[in-house]
Amino acid sequence: MAEPGKRVGLFVTCLVDLIRPSVGFAAVKLLQDAGCTVEVPLQSCCGQPAFNSGDRRTTRAIAEQVIAAFEPYDYVVAPSGSCAGMLKTHYPELFEGDAAWSERVDGFCGKTFELVSFLTDVLRVTRVGARFDGTVTYHDSCSGLRELGIRAQPRRLLAGVDGLELKEMTDADVCCGFGGTFCVKYPDISNAIVAKKTECIAASGADTLLAGDLGCLMNMAGKLQREGRSIKARHVAEVLAGMTDVPAIGEPQR
Amino acid sequence: MTTATSQRFKENARAALADAQLQRAIGDAGGGFVLRRQEAAGKLPEFDALRDSAQAIKEHTLRHLDLYLEAYEERVTAQGGHVHYAVNAEEARAIVLDLCRKAGARSVTKGKSMVSEEMELNAFLEQNGIAAVETDLGEYIIQIRHEAPSHIIAPAIHVTKEQVQADFRRVHTHLPADRNLDESTTMLTEARNILREKFLTADVGITGANFLVAETGSSIIVTNEGNGDLTQTLPKMHIVLATIEKLVPTLEDVSQLLRVLARSATGQEMSVYTTLSTGPRRPGDPDGPAEYHVVLLDNGRSAMLGSPFQDMLRCIRCGACMNHCPVYNAVGGHAYGFVYPGPMGSVLTPAIIGIENAKHLPNASTFCGRCEEVCPVRIPLPRMLRAWREREFERHLSPATVRSGLALWSFFAKRPKLYSFATNIAAQMLSALGKRGRFRRLPLASGWTRHRDLPAPQGATFQAQWKARSRP
Repeated sequence: MAEPGKRVGLFVTCLVDLIRPSVGFAAVKLLQDAGCTVEVPLQSCCGQPAFNSGDRRTTRAIAEQVIAAFEPYDYVVAPSGSCAGMLKTHYPELFEGDAAWSERVDGFCGKTFELVSFLTDVLRVTRVGARFDGTVTYHDSCSGLRELGIRAQPRRLLAGVDGLELKEMTDADVCCGFGGTFCVKYPDISNAIVAKKTECIAASGADTLLAGDLGCLMNMAGKLQREGRSIKARHVAEVLAGMTDVPAIGEPQR
Repeated sequence: MTTATSQRFKENARAALADAQLQRAIGDAGGGFVLRRQEAAGKLPEFDALRDSAQAIKEHTLRHLDLYLEAYEERVTAQGGHVHYAVNAEEARAIVLDLCRKAGARSVTKGKSMVSEEMELNAFLEQNGIAAVETDLGEYIIQIRHEAPSHIIAPAIHVTKEQVQADFRRVHTHLPADRNLDESTTMLTEARNILREKFLTADVGITGANFLVAETGSSIIVTNEGNGDLTQTLPKMHIVLATIEKLVPTLEDVSQLLRVLARSATGQEMSVYTTLSTGPRRPGDPDGPAEYHVVLLDNGRSAMLGSPFQDMLRCIRCGACMNHCPVYNAVGGHAYGFVYPGPMGSVLTPAIIGIENAKHLPNASTFCGRCEEVCPVRIPLPRMLRAWREREFERHLSPATVRSGLALWSFFAKRPKLYSFATNIAAQMLSALGKRGRFRRLPLASGWTRHRDLPAPQGATFQAQWKARSRP
């Protein structure tokens, strides 16, 4: 049930918004189950494509807009380590030395979290009431892992999912080769990197790949499918929310 | 002028990916460094504290670099050595040639030195009638292959054992053709015998420097083969090549840096040899060079001081960033087209040869952050790669297609209402087109679909669905 002080503004992320809304609804369910009120203010993107392309001015304009849109909420939560990392660790760089904004930026960063770590570290969720019959392997997406320190949290919650068995792959913490615009700017290199990743995924023996970032998941799922492998890919939130009735990433809609 | 091919990074990378032998060589080597570093770091509880300390030492030195340079020069001079300053590679080459001529040198032995590679010294000496022989085994191998190093501490990492065997047979023609070179040990013995001869006849020995110590005027090299010692003690003249950021205040500081250097590089606690050289041979010394010269090269470093790239000057050249880089591990070092590959090279190279000549390098990163995670002096490599991207964007150096795509995206991203409206239409159209759940081919997304399928949107966007559900 909703409790005071737990009003969450969901930062959907542009990829979830466009490609896989079911991840957004899974996030909403997890947050509501943990006692939060969830709202979704009008939004576009965190600005990372501009930031990583060297366009600071556009990034700053987008950041101002995001900070303003999420000002009313107690928390900002995103189902992505990459977008949450952008909001939490990179936004301050855009406002360095700007006294007029520093308080607002600090406030924003302090209340912004990635979904799974928000559940475990802030809401102290230890167990989600979900069931998933299958063996899964978990890929640590780079930004979540290295900018936000997300590693144990998803594994801890997955351990409490009935019927689920986690089989670790080797090099789970090595980049999948997505890298945002990198994968389209240097497709051949990106391909070589993701091909190594799908080898590791397959060698784990798991039948489902999980991760906390849709960008990486689209990359790995797309490669698994191109290679004709039957391993399915899902966002970890779908499994934790028990919302795995929708087809896995890139699978035909029923 | 430099012979860098960084501008052809994409083509270089494609060729590297298609080169089965190269892929085999780098595939075999890559993982070992990572594991050994992890083990070495794990065995030392204070490893992370040492990294902090290493960072602090280098930061302090860079803040007072002018003072430490002066102190260093004073000590070297007091001990009978000479310090020469060179603004760029051309000046440094001229200084070295001049010294070699004064020594009447016909042959020069060299310890491993990336600065020498940066100066393209070997070819220059060769043109001027002086034979330069690399004495580090990896460097020797790439020298006889007429290649550049592909890794800063393992220059021949891209070469397989079979290739070395063939190279030795091709070059060492005075040896019996039917000799056994099947074992690493027999190849090693052969190289050792060849090089021994060179050590004994060289007129000048040239080494790099891992550190220059202001307190004592010493230069320090770390090696695993001992070749550096023979290079710098046997000939009558020793020339040290170093760039200005190699300065460190005291021997105490060096001992701290050494504790993180080898562990980060090869996973060793210490390199096999850590050799200090301090001035020429003194009266009563049993050996050592009669003359001792240090050529201090700037080549873009001083311009990095006070810039967003200053932190790069902390680098102690361990190579951990490239060992842990997914891009480096996919394409190898030569694709980067200049002496320094991998993440550290992608930051440093544009500062040396100009960003307009190295446009790809800062972009050829997934920003996975593993380089920064393992860097012994905690250089924020991704942040500096991004800073180069900003320079490229400001100077309109990024490709027109990227810029116009970004401009179109920005137009919508800055207008959330319009963005949500447009993306909802796009999502539904793509969803209708992608009934199979994914695309095997999609116009405008060929970079993606050439190698992998692209998931189709599920239907309306999340925001549109959320709005529809929330409506009373």
